[in-house]
Amino acid sequence: MILDVILFYGAAMVALASGLFVIAQRSPINSAFSLIVTMCSLAVMFAMLGSGFIAVLQVVVYAGAIMVLFLFVIMLLNTKQDEGDRGGGIGRAAIALGIILAIQSMVVVWKGAETLPVNHKETTSADVARGLFSSPRFLYAFEATSILILSAMVGAIVVARKEKGK
Amino acid sequence: MEMLLSPANKEIGIDALIAIIKVAVIFNALLGLFSLMTYLERRILAFMQFRRGPNRVGWFGILQPAADGIKLFFKEEVMPEGAHKFLFFAAPVVAIITAYVALAVVPYGGPLVLPFYGQVSVFGRPLDIQMASLDVGVLFIFAITALGVYGIVLAGYASNNKYALLGGLRSSAQMFSYELALGMSWVSVIMAAGSFRLTDIVATAERWNVWVWILVQFPAFIIYMIAACAEVNRTPFDLAESETELVAGFHTEYSSMKFALLQMAEYINMITVCALASNMFLGGWLSPLPGLLPNSPLWFFAKMLFLLFVFIWVRATVPRFRYDQLMDFGWKRLIPAAAIWVVLYSGFTAFLGERKSPPITVAAAALAAPQASR
Repeated sequence: MILDVILFYGAAMVALASGLFVIAQRSPINSAFSLIVTMCSLAVMFAMLGSGFIAVLQVVVYAGAIMVLFLFVIMLLNTKQDEGDRGGGIGRAAIALGIILAIQSMVVVWKGAETLPVNHKETTSADVARGLFSSPRFLYAFEATSILILSAMVGAIVVARKEKGK
Repeated sequence: MEMLLSPANKEIGIDALIAIIKVAVIFNALLGLFSLMTYLERRILAFMQFRRGPNRVGWFGILQPAADGIKLFFKEEVMPEGAHKFLFFAAPVVAIITAYVALAVVPYGGPLVLPFYGQVSVFGRPLDIQMASLDVGVLFIFAITALGVYGIVLAGYASNNKYALLGGLRSSAQMFSYELALGMSWVSVIMAAGSFRLTDIVATAERWNVWVWILVQFPAFIIYMIAACAEVNRTPFDLAESETELVAGFHTEYSSMKFALLQMAEYINMITVCALASNMFLGGWLSPLPGLLPNSPLWFFAKMLFLLFVFIWVRATVPRFRYDQLMDFGWKRLIPAAAIWVVLYSGFTAFLGERKSPPITVAAAALAAPQASR
């Protein structure tokens, strides 16, 4: 399908370009906005793989909720532009790791990309629900994770609360 | 060339053509509705406040929106000094795009059935008045509204103006706070329908009988309307632009067509939330007298216009909240009320056995996820 190819390469290029912008920009607010664009193009990829539910959650949780918190911090603290200093040793280590990762992903693409199965059937939200809740396989992990998140929230409130009389 | 004209590609071509025509028609209809709304809002406000309102241009002032549009076109574009050039330009664009995209999944009426004609079909496909029927319809609108916040935050930040920045920050804080209640008010509807698809929700309302549906979902409807009012920054929740403290809030520095785009995004958002309420809580295109009068898209528009009128009515009646009152109301009244309703409704469903469907739990999880991360 020619349309799929166009959409895929379009989304992939936007994702890569905005991903590069995230680390290349000096002003933190520009980086944050580039990251939002990256998240949204990833959502397009998920939607193309037939999992609209994951695509929507990607936008709601990452592009919507988490990035808004990032922006809040940047705007309220009024972070200035990053001045020079490309981080010496850490920078060199990062470049080395990046090269290794690039080689690894090229090997993966070279060897196995064509044989990897792609799910073209659309996964509905009801399918996701059935997968999660009708077998005990994922149910326990799911409930445990939600309790973990709840306790983290309560913890955050307790830490942030002002003590009375101080 | 042979391959391009294969039957499969021809089918895709026809589908695409129908989709493009639908998008063009609905886009322009919404532009018309937007300009009509600006006129109606000023006339109704004037009527409620014993004024005359715009009544000079055209018949009863009906051409006032056109005059305003022409005026805004010829205004000078001002770029404030020290503004972030790209973001200043991008903000209205983000606002208007998210406003329109959210409307893509709203059904404006089921399959189009005309009296004395029957089901209308084009190229053998039954015609329904909706751009895209998504499996995750309601969640999609939730996601796009979450992105819509960026339009306002960007506008506030890029203007390099302290009033604009305060307005932007206020409105984003307000929008997250009320998004929680907004999301929770949907849970009972999604639970009853067992689906996020808006056409399924209307179909469930039809199965239940419209009036039963409206009565059962009424508490959720009230919570939704209050939260939606805050979500689209309308009075009494328009702290983002409260002119008594912040000049004009996030759009202080905007002029000419950029200002018009921000205004347009606000009105289109208002139309979206009303269209959504009409479909989810009031039975959309279902006739209020089932059996006596046929179902028709006209019912959908009547319900939506009534809700838009309610928004204007509230604006004329209720004074603006103070910021702390707004936050108190959102977090200490509205969210607990929504949570209680969700628990009560789930209890009803469990004991009276309406339906046990997996999307219930998915809905709860999906709506809990953004809350947990906030």
